Formats: sequence, structure tokens, C-alpha cells
Amino acid sequence: MGDVDLLAINSLLAIENLSARVAGKDILKGVNLTVNAGEVHAIMGPNGSGKSTLAQVLAGREDYEVTGGSVAFEGRDLFALRAEERARAGLFLGFQYPVEIPGVNNVYLLKAALNAKRKAAGEPEVDAYEFLTLIRQKMKFMQMSESFLTRGVNEGFSGGEKKRNEILQMLVLEPKLAILDETDSGLDIDALKIVSKGVNSLRDARRAVVLVTHYQRLLDYVVPDFVHVLSGGRIVKSGDKSLAQELERRGYDWVESQDA
Amino acid sequence: MSGNQDLQALVGAKYRHGFVTDIESDSLPPGLDESVVAAISQKKAEPQFLLDWRLKAFRHWRTMKEPSWAHVHYKPIDYQDIVYYSAPRAPANAPKSLEEVDPKLLATYEKLGIPLHERARLAGVAVDAVFDSVSVATTFKEKLATAGVIFCSFSDAVRDHPRLVQRYLGTVVPAGDNFFAALNSAVFSDGSFVYVPPGVRCPMELSTYFRINAAKTGQFERTLIIAAEGASVSYLEGCTAPMRDENQLHAAVVELVALDNAQIKYSTVQNWYPGDENGVGGIFNFVTKRGECRGRNSKISWTQVETGSAITWKYPSCVLKGENSIGEFYSVAVANHYQQADTGSKMIHIGRNTKSTIISKGISAGRAANTYRGLVKILPSATGARNFTQCDSLLLGPLCSAQTYPYMEVKNPTATVEHEASTSKIGEDQLFYCLQRGISAEDAVNMIVSGFCKVVFKELPMEFAVEAQNLLSVSLEGAVG
Repeated sequence: MGDVDLLAINSLLAIENLSARVAGKDILKGVNLTVNAGEVHAIMGPNGSGKSTLAQVLAGREDYEVTGGSVAFEGRDLFALRAEERARAGLFLGFQYPVEIPGVNNVYLLKAALNAKRKAAGEPEVDAYEFLTLIRQKMKFMQMSESFLTRGVNEGFSGGEKKRNEILQMLVLEPKLAILDETDSGLDIDALKIVSKGVNSLRDARRAVVLVTHYQRLLDYVVPDFVHVLSGGRIVKSGDKSLAQELERRGYDWVESQDA
Repeated sequence: MSGNQDLQALVGAKYRHGFVTDIESDSLPPGLDESVVAAISQKKAEPQFLLDWRLKAFRHWRTMKEPSWAHVHYKPIDYQDIVYYSAPRAPANAPKSLEEVDPKLLATYEKLGIPLHERARLAGVAVDAVFDSVSVATTFKEKLATAGVIFCSFSDAVRDHPRLVQRYLGTVVPAGDNFFAALNSAVFSDGSFVYVPPGVRCPMELSTYFRINAAKTGQFERTLIIAAEGASVSYLEGCTAPMRDENQLHAAVVELVALDNAQIKYSTVQNWYPGDENGVGGIFNFVTKRGECRGRNSKISWTQVETGSAITWKYPSCVLKGENSIGEFYSVAVANHYQQADTGSKMIHIGRNTKSTIISKGISAGRAANTYRGLVKILPSATGARNFTQCDSLLLGPLCSAQTYPYMEVKNPTATVEHEASTSKIGEDQLFYCLQRGISAEDAVNMIVSGFCKVVFKELPMEFAVEAQNLLSVSLEGAVG
């Protein structure tokens, strides 16, 4: 038994037998997954398999009811933390559909987010000049126009701009664990490359990334260490990046038929 | 798991101006008849014309019925149970300078954060403070006098500038205009008076703070602002009251007159006691505010941030008589718990090429009801008139409501009238998005609401925009459940 516990303590994220339901419907039915620092995991699966639910549950969305299992984040019980505490502890969710918040300045929100995190870590708030320098540098890296500084949060952004903005936020907040929920969907090839560049720049030995995706395309640019297939609320197959290619070739039916 | 519980824990944020100042006051007994009207006039040593005007208003008021068309509900008001005059008891002579003002009173204003002393100087704001029924102190009188600007209590204006008062009083809001305006005309006890002479740009923001202190007291102040040809002035009023279990009546009248090329900007931050979270107590805020763009190219702009009062019944309006005159109304109305707000604006286009804008942002939380009611009326004479109206409602939580009643009467075919309206719920998605970025639920709600109100806040004078924003966060603490 000691092995499992030890693993949970050393890992960044340890999900054990997690089940969850939304609107009275069981979606996750016993998910097991361990993510260590330095790793990139891809979670693939057909529509409705529970990929987004898993991401939302980990981030602390209220409408999702955890019905069983446990999740440890750096050895701490993740479910004992509120959504904002998880964020401040270094868990970042890149949203599939980033919401618009009219009238709230994009940069203002990001600065508030960074300061909330710094405050929780006992660090002083970032000063305006320092912050502007930082964000300009990250924006340049993400090839975003200066107008992002003055616009409302995702207000009137195109789908691709919203996704790029998510990655920009991620780069500023430097999370330990980034869960990117279909960040690749709706991106043209140029935007996909920029977003991938952003994700890759965050890869280091202290951090981990979980890519939730439907397609293999993103994984050409952000090469995962592990690929998992989520189906029917459970991880039914795990492997290395070749699994993604095989899925692309053979379709999800192949895994589902194996599972059955 | 997170947001809602967090927010619910904050429910019941306490009203921060709810203290009572223990101060001796000189009051008339409750009740209203002609002798009370006469006594008020006598206490203020008013000229005959004003007493006659009051009595005429009173007689008219007795023939009128309390309006019932507003989307508000309350127990009938017993007009015989209200004190119509209450003044802090001062030494025989009224204070002549700040030094002579009762220190307890000054302490009250201090607590309210009103910049009466040096803070006023720093802020460059001239303040007239009205406590219950009388005006307590007007700062900066001298500096304003140098510029030729008259800024004083209404009582002083009656004494020192009776001809100006007689000439303009009741010319925008006639004594018998409506039930509450008639009542005010009969019993108003003080208020502010501003006259900006031709060509003068008032050198500082003018400001009045109203406070209801004594129990069972009504406050009936009257404000009259005149901007003569080419003059301009920016005026701000703020309001607070102690927490009491019974409802208190506030029925004010504000009249603005803008002559040729004159501009008046009138901003309100209204934070009367709204009652407790069960709907007990609070101020009934039944106010008539109207400005007349009497001259060509004149402009009147109303900006209001309404967070207080149990019931608000208020429609700051513009009568656009002068050619090319402009009327504006920017409003944020917040209703939480059991508050009821029925507010909006009327734009009456009479002159050619007159232009008006209405931007209304209503925020409802708790079990509150928030109603926008507006009228845009284009008379046959108003060739080329234009109006743009935008009414947005934001709902926080499942138990509140928002209504919009935009009325339009267009009698000139060359007029352009545009109307946009929206109602949205504060998104769980928006809230969660902020939480996931590490921002607390409280900060997130403030941020989202501020974003919603941004277009109105930017119309407020700089130093008050911050205050308004803070007030908004206090009013909405724990509003999402």
C-alpha cells in the first residue's frame, strides 16, 4: 500500500478512482491518473466521454458533484480547496469557451489574478510598471496586438484571440499545473503554432501540462509524454505519443471496442 | 464547493452610515396643516411671497392623491405622523462660520467622510451640508463669491437674494407638479441654491451632503441651480441616514435652469439607509428632479448612482426648450435585499435639433425589484430632434427582478429615436472564470458589476467616481447567492 501513498506525495496530481456527476447524470466513473512534475499528458476521447467534466471538476466548478474518489494536488486534498484557492496554489484551467466580461479591462483582470496569487504566496503586489513590462513581453511572444491592453476581457475577441488570451494568462500566472481544455479547437494552423509555442515555453521540470483534446493535431506541436484515452467516464487506455497517432488512424471506436 | 457559499457568507453587509448623532434639536410636533406650513415659513423669517406660495402648494396638495402607478409597494404613509421641521438646536444665533458649528455635528460629517474642513480645500470641493432640515455650513463661500458664484443654503438665498429665488422658484417644477413635489413646495425647510452669473465657469465642484438624523423626520429639501448665459457648473449631492426600524420620508425637489450656452452637470451619489435584509425600515426616496434647457445650445447632464433607500421613485428629467440644447441621463441603480427602485428619466424635446441620451444600468440582487421607467417625448416643434436610449439590467441571483417601461411619444416625423435594452444574469461562467484565475468571489462580483457600470461611472467627477465604486461594492457585498 505504501507505494501508492508515496506516489501520491511525490506527484503533482494524483487522481484516484474519481467519480462525478452533473445535473444528476454520472459522467466520471472511476478515473485514475497520476501526473508528475515535468510531464505533459494528453487526455483524448470521443465527445461526451467526460474530458471537459474532468477539467471542470479539477478546477472546482460548482455544478459538478464529486461522488467518489480523491484528488491530491502536491499531496494536498484538492477538494478541500475552493476554486480560487486552487488557482492561487498553481492550478490553471485554460477554458474551452473563455467567457466575455464586458467593461472589465483584460489587463486589469490579469493583474488582479497575478496579485491574488502573489498575495497568497506572501509576496508583494506587482507594481504597475513592472507588470506592464511583463505583459508586453508575453504579448509579443504570443504575437498579440497592443489593443489587448485596452479591450474588455475577451470582449469581441475572435475564437482564436480568446484561446491566445488564455495562453497569455497562463504565461503570466506561471501555474504548476496547466489543464488546457480543447485549447486547439477552432484555431487555424498559424494560431495553433503560436499557442503551441506558448505551451512549450512553460514546459520545465517543475511544471506539468494536461492537454484535453479531441484531435491529434495539437500533439504534433506539443509532444506529450503520455496519452490517455477517456471513454465512458474512465481512462481505458494509456500509452505514449504513438497512441495518439494510432487513434487518429483507427478512430475511437477501436478503443471502445477493445474496452468492451 | 466554492463561489456561492463564499458569497453567501458575506450576505448581510452592514450599512456603514447607520449611526445616530445625539444632538439637541428644535422640532415642530408631528402633523401637517396650514399652521405648520406657516410656522416653518415663520421660523425662517420668509418674505410674504414665499409663504403665499407654500400655502397655495399645500392647498393644492390636499386635493391630490398619492401616485400609485410606480412599480413599488409600501404601506400607506401617515402624513400626520411625520415631523416636518427639525433643526439642530443652536445658540440663539445661527453659526456664522465653521468654528461656531456644533462639534458633534462636525464629527458626524467627519464620520461620513465628508470633506468639510481641510479635506475640502484639498479636494477643491465646496460643500453645503444639510442636516435634517437646515443647512449647517457652507464652505468656500468667499472664494466662490470672488468669481461671482452664489452657493448657499436655500434659506440664505431667500434672505439674501429673494428676487432671484422669486424669479426662478417653481418655474421648472411647478408647486402642483405632482403629489410629492406639492408636499415639498408646502413644507420644504432648506436645501441648496446656486447661481452662476453670465460667462462664469464655476471654479470648483459644488457639493451638498444631506443627512436625515432625527427619528420620524421627513426631509424636504429644495435645490435650485441657475446657470446664466454661457455659465457652467458641476454639482454633486450625497445622501445618508441612520438605521431606524420605521420608514422615513424624503421628498426633495431639484430644479435646474440653463440659459443660452450654459451647462449644468448634476451628479448624485444616493446612499440613504435601505432598510435591513428583511426589508424593515429604510428611507422612502420620492424625489422630483428636473432641468430646463431654457436657452439655445444649453446642456444639462444628470448622473446618478443610486444604491440606498428602501424605495426610490425618481426620474431626473430634461425639458429641452432651447434650440440645439442637449439633455443627458446616466444612471446606475442598485437594489439589494427588499429594496425597490422605480427610476428613469424623461426627455421632453421642444426646441429644434435638440438631442438627448439616456443610459440606464439597473442592478438587482436579493429579492429586490428594479424598474426602469422612461419617457422620450418629441413635440411637433422639435424638428431634427434625436434621442438615444440604452437600458441594461443585471440580475444577481434568482429571486430579484427587473422591469423596463420605455415610453415614447414622437410627434415630429424628422425625429430620430433609438432604443436598446438588455437583461443579463451575472454569469456563473463569468464568476467561475474569475475564481479560476485566483480572484475572490467578492472581488469578482465587484469587477463584473463595475464593468457593467463603467459607461456611467466615467461621467462622474473624478473624485466621486472612486467613492461611487466603493459604495457599489458595499451595497452588493454578498449579493450573489
